[in-house]
Amino acid sequence: MKKVVWFAVLAFAYLGARGQTPPNARIVRLSELTSLMSRPSGNVMVVNFWATWCAPCIQELPLLEELNASAPDVDVFLVSMDLDLDPDPQKVYRFVTRRKLQSQVLLLDEPDPNSWIDRVEPSWSGALPATLVINPHTGKRIFVEGQLKEGKLQEILAQVR
Amino acid sequence: MKKKLNLLMLTAAIAALVAFAPPKGYEVGDRVENFTLKNVDGKMVSLADYKDQKGVILIFDCNTCPYSKAYNDRIIGLHKKYQPKGFPVVTINANDPKLSPGDSFEQMVARAKSKNYTFPYLFDETQEVARAFGATNTPHVYVLARSGNDFVVSYIGAIDNNPQQADAADKRYVEDAIEALLAGKKVPTQKTRAVGCGIKYRNA
Repeated sequence: MKKVVWFAVLAFAYLGARGQTPPNARIVRLSELTSLMSRPSGNVMVVNFWATWCAPCIQELPLLEELNASAPDVDVFLVSMDLDLDPDPQKVYRFVTRRKLQSQVLLLDEPDPNSWIDRVEPSWSGALPATLVINPHTGKRIFVEGQLKEGKLQEILAQVR
Repeated sequence: MKKKLNLLMLTAAIAALVAFAPPKGYEVGDRVENFTLKNVDGKMVSLADYKDQKGVILIFDCNTCPYSKAYNDRIIGLHKKYQPKGFPVVTINANDPKLSPGDSFEQMVARAKSKNYTFPYLFDETQEVARAFGATNTPHVYVLARSGNDFVVSYIGAIDNNPQQADAADKRYVEDAIEALLAGKKVPTQKTRAVGCGIKYRNA
């Protein structure tokens, strides 16, 4: 019995140290991302490509979080590219927990960027951050590469709505 | 007078547009203008210095970008492998140190020293060279093939197709381009996306 308790304590400590997967974060392959992006109905989607190491990405995160919280007809997806360089998702999970991010966080697991960027957005150079706004009802899409300034998201949303 | 003023304003507006337009740059097949930049050893290096080589592997790189760090040993490896075959590596940092403090000239000197660079690491302080090439990301490779006294762009893009693991890459774009050039064949893939960090341009 004592052994079992010890095992439970150790297991708990291990899991605690590893950190838990936040409920709004998960690993996705490209097929899941593209089918999400081409869904025929539902809210306007703001798909933001970012990484924990990308300073301008972190700077613009509050604008995306604010939009996610304030606009009931908009779904914000934060697509992390961290797995491109580091296969361990824990760094992203810890970041999501520490920053208390509320938007959906998708960790894209695709090793060869040249094989999939065209399917997401042909005009994208591959630099972060990059943001794609999609109206599923009309299919209208607007793509922006580089850091979003205050008010820019609202401007784009007005154009796709 | 008013007309003149309008014309002046129009000219100013166009000048502003040109100044702030995103870099367009060279395409595959374009002849490259010569440039001269300061190396980490304090000496000036020109593209024209390489006119006795078969070509140059020109790489826009920096100290700070995680993709640059991931590819650093691969860049050193490219020089080791292809410098003896006539395609030495030349790296250029074009990041504005005000926007990216880890990319100052002093930090470049430190990086080149700690990694024992045997190739130039040039500082594009005015960012004019990066703009001329249309470099957007780091690392961003331009394989230049010498043709007489000129250098012609033969490949633009990424080093290979696996940033995370060099061994797992099954497409080595730069090596394939140079092997083709050395064999007098057509470069198989002429352009890819150089996924990485955006170059920190002023006024961008």
